[in-house]
Amino acid sequence: MIEAVAIYAGCVLLVVGALFCLLAAVGVIRLPDLLTRMHAASKAGAVGGGMILLAVPLVSLDGSVALRAILGVMFLVLTTPVSAHLLARASLKSTDNVTFTALDELGHKKDPSL
Amino acid sequence: MTPADAVSLASTIALLLLGPALLLSVVRIVVGPTLGDRVLALDLLTVLAMGFVGAVAIRTGLTLYLDIAIALALLGFLATAAFARYILSRRVAGKQQP
Repeated sequence: MIEAVAIYAGCVLLVVGALFCLLAAVGVIRLPDLLTRMHAASKAGAVGGGMILLAVPLVSLDGSVALRAILGVMFLVLTTPVSAHLLARASLKSTDNVTFTALDELGHKKDPSL
Repeated sequence: MTPADAVSLASTIALLLLGPALLLSVVRIVVGPTLGDRVLALDLLTVLAMGFVGAVAIRTGLTLYLDIAIALALLGFLATAAFARYILSRRVAGKQQP
């Protein structure tokens, strides 16, 4: 009984995680500039990947698998904000033509011809 | 619906959702106006591949695939950090040649 409930919960987690991943990809395609795309990819993508990783031990019901999955989720949650911050900082300071659609609080790219 | 049927159905749906997500991410890598967009899409691609590997692990029952997913997460983080360094160093090199 408990096993069946865990397996059904894992299935729901798997489908919802895949849906988050698809939403992240749609956001990366549809959103207008780099920083908003980063917002879609690093938040929805991390949540989707983490949910799929957490679904694996719920379906397989194994302690070592659960340990590895939790390790993977922790690694993902720790590194995704760091890599997003590194990338945002690098592209703000770069000479690429990064456009801002909403706010430019740092005033780096006030001139659109930069 | 037995648990085995539910696992089969859910993994099929998840793989069908992750396939278009991978395609959209590749489209952003090809189109992306700046290098930052391409690096971001590459980062998302590794996370999506991780999810794909997780779905395959559930579908086949081989939980060893989970180690591949963890290695992919490590690789994605290192690649993004290295590309960010590259974007920064490219800017310095551009400054030195006015």
